[in-house]
Amino acid sequence: MAMVQPRSIRTRKLGAHLALLGFVTLVVFPLLLVISISFREGNFATGSLIPERFSLEHWALAFGIPWERPDGTVVQPPFPVMLWLWNSIKVAVVSSLMILALSTTSAYAFARMRFSGKAPILKGMLIFQMFPAVLSLVALYALFDRLGQLVPWLGINTHGSLILASLGAVALHIWTIKGYFESIDGSLEEAAMVDGASTWQAFRHILLPLSVPILVVVFILAFIMSIMEYPMASVLLLDEDKLTLAVGAQQYLAEHNQRWGDFAAAAVLSGLPITLVFLFCQRWIVGGLTSGGVKG
Amino acid sequence: MFITNASRGLPRHRSRHPAERYTRWALRALTVLLVLATLWLVVAFHLRGQWMFSLLFLVLGASLAIVFGKRELMSHRYIFPALAGMGVFVIFPLVYTIGISFSNYSSSNLLSEERVRAQFLDQTYQAEGQAFDFQLYREGDRTRLYLDAKGAGDLEGTRQLVSRPLAQAEAGQPLAVEPAQAAPPGEALGIREVIALRDRLQGLTLVTPDGTELKMAGLRSFAPILPRFEANPDGSLTDLRDGTILTPNQETGFFVTEDGERLTPGWPVSVGLDNYTKIFTDPDIRGPFLQIFVWTFVFAGLTVVFTLAVGFLLASLLQWEQLKGKAIYRTLLILPYAVPAFISILIFKGMFNQNYGEINLILENLFGISPNWFTDPALARSMLLIVNTWLGYPYMLLLCMGLIQSIPRDLYEASAVDGGGPLTNLFRITLPLILKPLTPLLIAAFAFNFNNFVLIALLTEGSPDILGASTPAGTTDLLVSYTYRIAFQDAGQNFGLAAAIATMIFLLVVGLSVLNLRLSKVKV
Repeated sequence: MAMVQPRSIRTRKLGAHLALLGFVTLVVFPLLLVISISFREGNFATGSLIPERFSLEHWALAFGIPWERPDGTVVQPPFPVMLWLWNSIKVAVVSSLMILALSTTSAYAFARMRFSGKAPILKGMLIFQMFPAVLSLVALYALFDRLGQLVPWLGINTHGSLILASLGAVALHIWTIKGYFESIDGSLEEAAMVDGASTWQAFRHILLPLSVPILVVVFILAFIMSIMEYPMASVLLLDEDKLTLAVGAQQYLAEHNQRWGDFAAAAVLSGLPITLVFLFCQRWIVGGLTSGGVKG
Repeated sequence: MFITNASRGLPRHRSRHPAERYTRWALRALTVLLVLATLWLVVAFHLRGQWMFSLLFLVLGASLAIVFGKRELMSHRYIFPALAGMGVFVIFPLVYTIGISFSNYSSSNLLSEERVRAQFLDQTYQAEGQAFDFQLYREGDRTRLYLDAKGAGDLEGTRQLVSRPLAQAEAGQPLAVEPAQAAPPGEALGIREVIALRDRLQGLTLVTPDGTELKMAGLRSFAPILPRFEANPDGSLTDLRDGTILTPNQETGFFVTEDGERLTPGWPVSVGLDNYTKIFTDPDIRGPFLQIFVWTFVFAGLTVVFTLAVGFLLASLLQWEQLKGKAIYRTLLILPYAVPAFISILIFKGMFNQNYGEINLILENLFGISPNWFTDPALARSMLLIVNTWLGYPYMLLLCMGLIQSIPRDLYEASAVDGGGPLTNLFRITLPLILKPLTPLLIAAFAFNFNNFVLIALLTEGSPDILGASTPAGTTDLLVSYTYRIAFQDAGQNFGLAAAIATMIFLLVVGLSVLNLRLSKVKV
């Protein structure tokens, strides 16, 4: 590479830096603003990015601690944010574990075994994966409404129904894990089977230990998707203490009672961990998404 | 790739380890339990007359029994759970939705015909003509009701009734009354004391020896409660109050009187293509529907164009080898992708707020304008596109970066040797090479934004509304959010109409995904 660069390249570089910096400002501004607002006093305070009147009121309320203002009035937390976060995590962990179990076993069969109907099933899964759940909400609602009359813990307004409903979205994960399994040489399993291992044992004791990284990634992917799931949760959950974060958070900005400051604290509190997890795993997540096109 | 021994029909291998044999038996027991549980659901749904659900679980249970019962289907056991999940929660809802679209299923036609009939037969009325005057008589600490038939009306010849002491009435249990010749002993209470006991009396149900129930009908009277409808052998109902006959109408799904008046609730019946013709002929639905249909295409198309333009531009900049600090730029630039959408959309909802939002504050200070982002249709639409571009460009950025990286470097070197500038490189090398692998992903992004329900639901909820629409319809509604509002937010909850629109979106999505499979040439 040439060490001496013509002047035109240097101005172009400067221009590129300026353009990128400008764009980064646009992108980061809303996020910094929310952090700033969460520390401002009052719900509608305006001002510079660095709060002039610093207050931890919104943060205390987000953690569910009543806050005493200087004038002696005690403000109660408007919404049970921690409970919502806990609901979200509970639903996400259980459903991701179930999704992981379902998709790992089927990915194994798709990657290693030969059986009738394999190609059409795989193709069909790709097509059905593109149907958004929003469109079948009426049917899902009817299904869980009726099911709830027979099995109460699977009815409307239960976390069981939400977990169960998420089990339909496995196609993408099956494809991801299948791709990984196919990249592992099958000779180890064959050797095990020659020595008398059953199909299940070869899978359980040979292939699974080799695939821990992809299992972790798929678990995190399913976890994030479940945390962010909105349409089904908004129809299946009714009571305030049952809501997940995705459904509950919008109540802060309801039409007639907007709590901008309280929302900011709750948003940072709940959004930050998810953002960090996402950034940490983005390499694998992006790989999975380019093959499926789920978020965009 | 292998075929399992079981699928080949080779004999079962008997394990030497007892633990393994126990696991096998445990698995078999579990399968049997699951099959029994689904069978129970089949029977229960069948008894309730919900044949669709009964059939669903019958298919589920039968396939479970077959796949785990036949050894030759060993490979299918591995894929069965995932397929069952997709079948019950993706494919069944799809089929069910299409089924609903041919019915009048809505909040007024919700229950089955038997349940509606039972509901009518459970209805009662207070026969005012047979009312009794009442008085309270207190004797020591015992208070009794004394009922005396008012006017000509009586209850099968009984004119006077005396109740057991009120103190014996248990909550929720009727209090017995018996025929009497005269008022019970003790003193009659004045109206003031009756009023003091009113709440108590209103909650009271009296029951005569022959089972007729009486309830308080006024401050001075109790009246018997009689069933309002009587079932006739031909399936019709007779209103016992005035003798009108109600006949079930299987075309509209309602009980109707002789002069055609409908009684709610009704039950769902098939209405053929009515919902579809309504979309295209009813002017109050057709107008908003077409407007929303066009806007949905515009929104999805423009989103793809904008996000791709921004993403591609940034990707080209970040590919420049001589630029420093690329890693930091990259991390900051994909931040919108990492923040959960339901949080960033709400952040924008606050920022665009017309009264205290930061965006209007800045615009006010700089240019002295304060746009109505949520009440002006054009501005609301621009806001959606701005927010969605912010949310969506990182995906395109990542895609473009990956694709540009896979272009062989020597192509650019050859171009440089031949004197090609950056623009030639862009149009002759980069774009042609990334467009082909990008197309299926762009179609997927289009389909995703076509159905971008979360954005609309959290940011504008479809507002501002379209005037003159008979269903809830807004100028920023997409087809999916429109469907959702018809089904879940409208007072009428017209599930049939919503399902008809959903079915039409299904067809579009099928078209898109088949196109997508063709273009990406998925190798299975």
